[in-house]
Amino acid sequence: MEHLLNIFIKSIFVENMIFAFFLGMCSFLAVSKSVKTAMGLGVAVIFVLLITVPVNFLVEKYVLKKGALIWLGEGFADVDLSFLTFMVFIAVIAAMVQLVEMVVEKFSPALYNSLGIFLPLIAVNCAILGAALFMQEREYENVLEATVFGVGSGIGWMLAIVSIAAIREKLKYSNVPDPLKGLGITFILTGLMAIAFMGFMGIKL
Amino acid sequence: MSNQEKEPILSAKNLKLLTEPLGRNNPITVQVLGICSALAVTVKLKPAIVMALSVTIVTAVSNLVIAALRKSIPDRIRIIVQLVVIATMVILVDQFLKAFVFDVSKQLSVFVGLIITNCILMGRLEAFAMANKPWPSFIDGLGNGFGYGMILIVVSFFRELLGSGTIYGYPVLEKLGIFRTGYENNGMVILPPMALIFVGLIIWFQRSRDKSLIEKH
Repeated sequence: MEHLLNIFIKSIFVENMIFAFFLGMCSFLAVSKSVKTAMGLGVAVIFVLLITVPVNFLVEKYVLKKGALIWLGEGFADVDLSFLTFMVFIAVIAAMVQLVEMVVEKFSPALYNSLGIFLPLIAVNCAILGAALFMQEREYENVLEATVFGVGSGIGWMLAIVSIAAIREKLKYSNVPDPLKGLGITFILTGLMAIAFMGFMGIKL
Repeated sequence: MSNQEKEPILSAKNLKLLTEPLGRNNPITVQVLGICSALAVTVKLKPAIVMALSVTIVTAVSNLVIAALRKSIPDRIRIIVQLVVIATMVILVDQFLKAFVFDVSKQLSVFVGLIITNCILMGRLEAFAMANKPWPSFIDGLGNGFGYGMILIVVSFFRELLGSGTIYGYPVLEKLGIFRTGYENNGMVILPPMALIFVGLIIWFQRSRDKSLIEKH
């Protein structure tokens, strides 16, 4: 239990997707103009990570890894499909996003309307593929660990985008030098926030 | 007989496609595409150069392929088709890097794979290759790859020089004897946040030179 909590805290604060690895920066910069839309995108990212990370974990474990196909029979014991990783992960993500979109549309039209436009965009958000690749690189032991890591990363991403959106809303009233307006100041602010987040480094439960 | 003149390979229009992304239409500082990898691989010059080359190749070739296929791709599934083309190219690049420059491939870790979701690729495919002929698309891909690479190289040059005191692994500051005057490497510059601040400064510099790029609110 403690172990899982450790992964959770670590993926939110210490290894924050945005501040430590810059994943999902494109949508982070484009959609952070108001807190409300930032919140919507954040929730959608958590949702998609919650589903795609464990699914990719299972795919990796039972299909892609060297010797993973052994459950099909002895003849498959040394089949190594790991060179297909990128292709399979991105296909899984695109398919899951489509599926999630359809399920949400069917069962919760209200949620669908608020997430609507963001869901399809998420398929090409680097944070999602990044989480899947980090999950593979760090070799988590079971599905539970992978899921906790996925949700944690999602929450960390949402935390980052909502806080930068709040700052940008306030920023409209401040006197920023003209060439720095918009993109420039957002970069520098994100950098300063990342420095603050470095204070979490080394935390271990 | 057709009176259509054959366009020279590097006509003025195509040349513009190649040079615009270097300045006024830079993918990173103006179009805001492909930031993720740009920031993460810029601690040292060598991985930055390898990354820049990989992205340029992938962008140019997938632009070419998609532009050649553009009339036969159904609109509804175009994203999947684009992703498949990109993923194939990225797998090729990844296997190539693993085979020939393994140490750099290890340093780039997940970021080679993340070229797939690099927004420059999807952005250029959607905005340019789906509506243009293969050759201009190829040039456009090259141009944007170079524009991206330029920022990477500038950022990583300063980060390596200020953070580790080297240029492409060569200990410049030590040879110049600057350390004897009491100068020390700035450890802060190697850390991730400074990449963001450096890009911010580049944007500031560019926009103060070219006022037309300033955002109006």
